[in-house]
Amino acid sequence: MKKLTIADKTFSSRLFTGTGKFGSSALMEKSLLASGSELVTVALKRVDVHEQEDDILKHLGHEQFNLLPNTSGVRNAKEAVFAAQLAREALETNWLKLEIHPDPKYLLPDPIESLKATEALAKLGFVVLPYIHADPVLCKKMEEAGAAAVMPLGSPIGSNKGLKTIDFLEIIIEQSNVPVVVDAGIGAPSHAAWAMEIGADAVLVNTAIAVSDNPVAMGQAFKLAVESGRMAFEAKLGEKSRQAEASSPLTAFLDEEQ
Amino acid sequence: MSFRTAFEQENWEAIKASIYNKTATQVEEALSKEKLNLEDFKALISPAAAGYLEEMAKKSQALTLKRFGKTIQMYAPMYLSNECQNICTYCGFSLDNKIRRRTLTDAEIHEECKTIKALGFEHILLVTGEANKTVGVDYIENAIKIAKGYFALISIEVQPLDENEYAQLMVHGLNTVLVYQETYHKEDYKKHHPKGKKSNFDYRVDTPDRLGKAGVYKVGLGVLIGLEDWRTDSFFTAMHLKYMERNFWRTKYSISFPRLRPAEGILEPKVVMNDRELVQLICAYRLLDEEVELSLSTRENQRFRNNVVKLGITSMSAGSKTNPGGYSVEPESLEQFEISDERSPSEIAEMIKSNGYEVVWKDWDHVLD
Repeated sequence: MKKLTIADKTFSSRLFTGTGKFGSSALMEKSLLASGSELVTVALKRVDVHEQEDDILKHLGHEQFNLLPNTSGVRNAKEAVFAAQLAREALETNWLKLEIHPDPKYLLPDPIESLKATEALAKLGFVVLPYIHADPVLCKKMEEAGAAAVMPLGSPIGSNKGLKTIDFLEIIIEQSNVPVVVDAGIGAPSHAAWAMEIGADAVLVNTAIAVSDNPVAMGQAFKLAVESGRMAFEAKLGEKSRQAEASSPLTAFLDEEQ
Repeated sequence: MSFRTAFEQENWEAIKASIYNKTATQVEEALSKEKLNLEDFKALISPAAAGYLEEMAKKSQALTLKRFGKTIQMYAPMYLSNECQNICTYCGFSLDNKIRRRTLTDAEIHEECKTIKALGFEHILLVTGEANKTVGVDYIENAIKIAKGYFALISIEVQPLDENEYAQLMVHGLNTVLVYQETYHKEDYKKHHPKGKKSNFDYRVDTPDRLGKAGVYKVGLGVLIGLEDWRTDSFFTAMHLKYMERNFWRTKYSISFPRLRPAEGILEPKVVMNDRELVQLICAYRLLDEEVELSLSTRENQRFRNNVVKLGITSMSAGSKTNPGGYSVEPESLEQFEISDERSPSEIAEMIKSNGYEVVWKDWDHVLD
């Protein structure tokens, strides 16, 4: 399987994970280790940056994990830039999952503010991975603004509904010059496998692993699904046939002698 | 249109009748839907839903897990003052309750903050009565500034303020405002609040609109259960919530369902809501709204709290003191009401963990203010 490179880092695992919603930090740690994930996102608001022994960070102190701080809670570009700078200082990484959702109910990303923030943060030297709508034009603009990857949503965050935006994801993948990470809404390993089969470079999963009855087993299940989907993509899936082959070809008469 | 305009088009008795007339079939319909409306909510809080409690609890649990995961947020109330110019028939701080009053000084606020912080809390709820001369908006602003040095998230439960006053407090680190209507029964509201600024029903019912306009991040709604028919009052709370979500979509919401508790010199509840009914209400709110935070205080007893952790609740207080200085400065001052669950914050945290849930002490950072 081909390794994935984003900015200065190369990943063997194409499964990125979230760290919220687990019943305990210990369970989160075990599940994420089992998932093989090498990039884990952490909400800045959940971390106590003044605390040496922060409970969440303590459990993520493995070589396997690269931290991807996220800006969950900010409502506009200005706040995002401010939070990003604090995250960079506190967590010692210039990687950032940019999340700007002024709507706390559905947590849908603000495309306008996200684009502004991406531009500003890229200039400040951040490796920006913006969480955005599955909007192909917006993704191209993000690329131009300096995003290191784009993270279009599959369906509303936490909904477990899968790839409701499939048609747009396919266009985004077709057009993108930066890695495409399908984020949000992936509720089952089959959804993750599907995203990989259509050529997504990675997926980000949280709720489906965290709230399952057995998050460790679910972490493994997603690991296998992502690998399987990627393998299928690299091996090239057969084209889907849209209609049955006509038994008597419509143009056969052209070959017939008159 | 303000909420009050919409509210004034409704008739209490008609709403009450429509709730009590809901049938089992309507409950089943509501349970089979993915998106519920206020009519479905009526069915779920109606007597007809009593037989569907287990099914409601299962759905509520699943929806809460999906949105909030296995987590419970913790907060502590910190009473700053028990001075009050209002007469409220149900409250220990009522003006006609002739007991010595006290308001914390700066040094005392620091003391209380230190004690509460040492218990592990990062989310603080500052509470006062309504005494505008001594505990006006400037006093509250000062208290917020002090508390900000200790806590990650600051909420207040104080007298309703004007829009510009809320905006002023936001600048200094305010995050959340809780303002309970007590009851949406306008005539009975007057009976329960015969004297003081609080007797102005309209100003109070307009408060969430002002909070929305002022850009307060989170608004807590609710009624005091025991004053009036809880089903009708809860319907109006839900209607208020839906109005707010539509009009102030940037704001987060939480709901509380305080049941009237014994306090110095207060009335007996007019309506008693039993535990089954409170569970029914919690689940009905969750089924109506997957995203709303549901909060449960130490008014409820140990056994009840242990069991509802998994049913839809998302935040809890623990080890609460309802008197100013109650944590360290003056433990014996006049309290607002007697709490029921007297366990310490660490005991509550252990209980939450033993249910397989993570205790979330911190879910905000002043960098986001």
